Amino acid sequence: MLYQISGSIAVANAIALCRPDVVPCYPITPQTHIVEHLSLLVKNGKLKNCTYKNVDSEFSSMSFCIGSSAAGARTYTATASQGLLYMMEAVYNASGLSLPIVMTLGNRAIGAPINIWNDHSDAMSVRDAGWIQLFVESNQQAVDVHIQAFKLAEALSLPVMVNMDGFILTHAITQVDMPDQELVDQFLPKFVPRQKLDTNAPVSIGAMVGPDAFTEVRYLAHHKQKEALNIIEQQAEEFAAIFGRDSGGLVKSYFADESDIVFVAMGSVIGTMQDLVNDLRDQGHSVGILSLRSFRPFPATAICQALRNVKQVIVFEKSFAVGMGGILASEIHMAMQHVQNINIHSVIGGLGGRTITKKSLHKIIDQAEKGILECEVFMDLDNETVAKELKRQQDAPSSGSVAENILRDKGVVSASKTH
Amino acid sequence: MFQIRIHGRGGQGVVSASELLSVAAFEEGKYSQSFPSFGSERMGAPVQAFARISDSNITIREPVMEPDMLIIQDPTLFHAVNVFDGAKTDGYLLINSSRTTEELGISEISSQYPDNHVMILPATELAIKYIKQAKPNTVLLGAFAALSHIVQIPALESAIRGKFPKKIAEPNIIATKAGYNMIMKLLQEKKQQQGA
Repeated sequence: MLYQISGSIAVANAIALCRPDVVPCYPITPQTHIVEHLSLLVKNGKLKNCTYKNVDSEFSSMSFCIGSSAAGARTYTATASQGLLYMMEAVYNASGLSLPIVMTLGNRAIGAPINIWNDHSDAMSVRDAGWIQLFVESNQQAVDVHIQAFKLAEALSLPVMVNMDGFILTHAITQVDMPDQELVDQFLPKFVPRQKLDTNAPVSIGAMVGPDAFTEVRYLAHHKQKEALNIIEQQAEEFAAIFGRDSGGLVKSYFADESDIVFVAMGSVIGTMQDLVNDLRDQGHSVGILSLRSFRPFPATAICQALRNVKQVIVFEKSFAVGMGGILASEIHMAMQHVQNINIHSVIGGLGGRTITKKSLHKIIDQAEKGILECEVFMDLDNETVAKELKRQQDAPSSGSVAENILRDKGVVSASKTH
Repeated sequence: MFQIRIHGRGGQGVVSASELLSVAAFEEGKYSQSFPSFGSERMGAPVQAFARISDSNITIREPVMEPDMLIIQDPTLFHAVNVFDGAKTDGYLLINSSRTTEELGISEISSQYPDNHVMILPATELAIKYIKQAKPNTVLLGAFAALSHIVQIPALESAIRGKFPKKIAEPNIIATKAGYNMIMKLLQEKKQQQGA
C-alpha cells in the first residue's frame, strides 16, 4: 500500500514487517527516528513478540545485539556517525562471531569538528569490519533492502548493515509502497540460527584463535563475503519476482554500458545524478551512472562488466581517506587494473552535509567532456578560504584552531575569538 | 514539476507545512517530496523547508534552488536571509504580513512578478484567531492552494487530519480555509480593479 511518509518511519515499519525478536537501542543524537518509532510499535502492540531494550550506550547496544543474536533471536538496531564509532569493538565481534544482526546506518559525518550532517565517513570507517554493507538510493529501496537484509544475514550467518543517507533520506517525506505482511512472510522465512547458545545444550562461541589458525579463519570470512555476491543477486531477483520491484542487487546500471562518461556512486546522490543524466542525454550527451548497491562484498567483476565500454569513469564519493584520497576510487582502480584505455577520476563531495547540486555535478561532466577533469577533485571546495588559512599558518606559529579560524572567516558568529 | 520553498523561524511550523503539502499532493495522486533544511533546529532560528510536486517520479535530492513558489512565514527574515535566492520571478510569492510590499522594502523584487502572483496576508493574526497560536503555517497552506491551485482544500484537510489529533486538526482546517478564502477574495478584488 502507498504511503507518503518519512524514510525513518518507513524503515521502522519495514523492520516491524520482518518480525524482529529483539531491538536494543541507544536513542540519542546521532540517531534517527527509526528506533523511536519501533519502540512505539512495540509499546502499542503493533509489533508483537519483540523485546525493545533501551541500553546505556551504543557499545551496550551492539553488545546486546551480539548476546541476543547468539541466543538465536532475530536482532536489529540502528545507529549513525559517532554512535557507530562508540560501538566499534562490538561491531567487529558481531561479524567475527558470524552473527546475523541487521543494523541501519543513517549515514553521517564523523567529528571532530562536530558535524551532525550527512556523508559516508561513518560507513567507510567500518569498511574492513567484516559486515555486509549495502547502500540504498531512495526510501523505497531502504524499505525493500532491509527486508532482503534479514534474509541475506540469516542465509550467510553474517551481519548486514544497510546504509541510508542521514537527513537526505531519513528525514525526507516521499511516497513509499509498504509491502504486505503476507508477502514479507513468504519472502523471509522464520529465523533458524546456524549457531545458538542454549542452556540445555551448552556450547561456547568466540574461542581464542592463535597464529596456527587465525589466517584460515580470516580467509574463510573473506571467502564467505565473496559467496555473498551470488546470494545478493539471487535474493534481489527473488524479491523482484514476489514484490514486482527492482531493489537491491550488486550494481545498477543507468545507461552505464552505452555511455562514454559514467558516474560511479553510492546512495541518494544517484537520484540527483539521474535527474542530470536525463537532461544531458536528451541533449545528446553520452553520460550514464553505475550505482554501487553492495559495497561489501565489493562487486569487482560486476563493476568491470558494467564499465567495459566506458571511456571516463568519475567515482563520486562522500568521504575520503585523509592522506590518501578517495576510498571508493582506489577500490575501483584496483578492480579495473586490467581494463585498458580507461580514465578514472576521483571526485569527493557532499562532505558534512554540503549540498550536492545538479549544477556542480554538471560542471564535473562538462570538464570530463572537455578532457580537463583532474584525477582528484574536491567538488565545490572554497579555495579562497583554504588559501587564507594556509597563509595564516605560514605567517604565525600560533595561528589557532583551523575549524574556529574558518568559521570566523565565514562570519559564523558562534565561533569564539581566541585572541 | 512545481517547487516550493518555505522560509520561517523555528517554532512556526515550517517543516510541518512542507510535509502537509507533500501529503496533500500525494492524496491527489501526484508524486511529491518534502524535506527540511537540515541542522540543529531551535526556536526562532531561520528555517527553510522544501517541497516538490510532480506528475512523475521525483529523483532529485538537492534543496529547492529555484522555487516556483516562495512562502515567507516571517517577514523579519527579509533582513536576515536572502530569501529570494534563485526565486523564479515568473512564479509566486506568498508573504505572511499585514504590511505592503513597499513597507516591507521588497517592492523592487515583487514588482518583477506577474500581476496577481504576489499575495500578502496577515496569516499570524488569522492563526491566533482560529487556532489560538501564532503558527501561521496552515493559514498559508490554504492561501497556497488558492494562489497556485497545485493542491486543493480537501486534500489539505485530509493531510492535516492525518498528522494531528482531532483537537488540533479541526481549528487548523478552519484556519486553512480562512487563508484560502482570504486569497480568493483578494484575487477577486484585484480582478474587479483591473476590470474597472
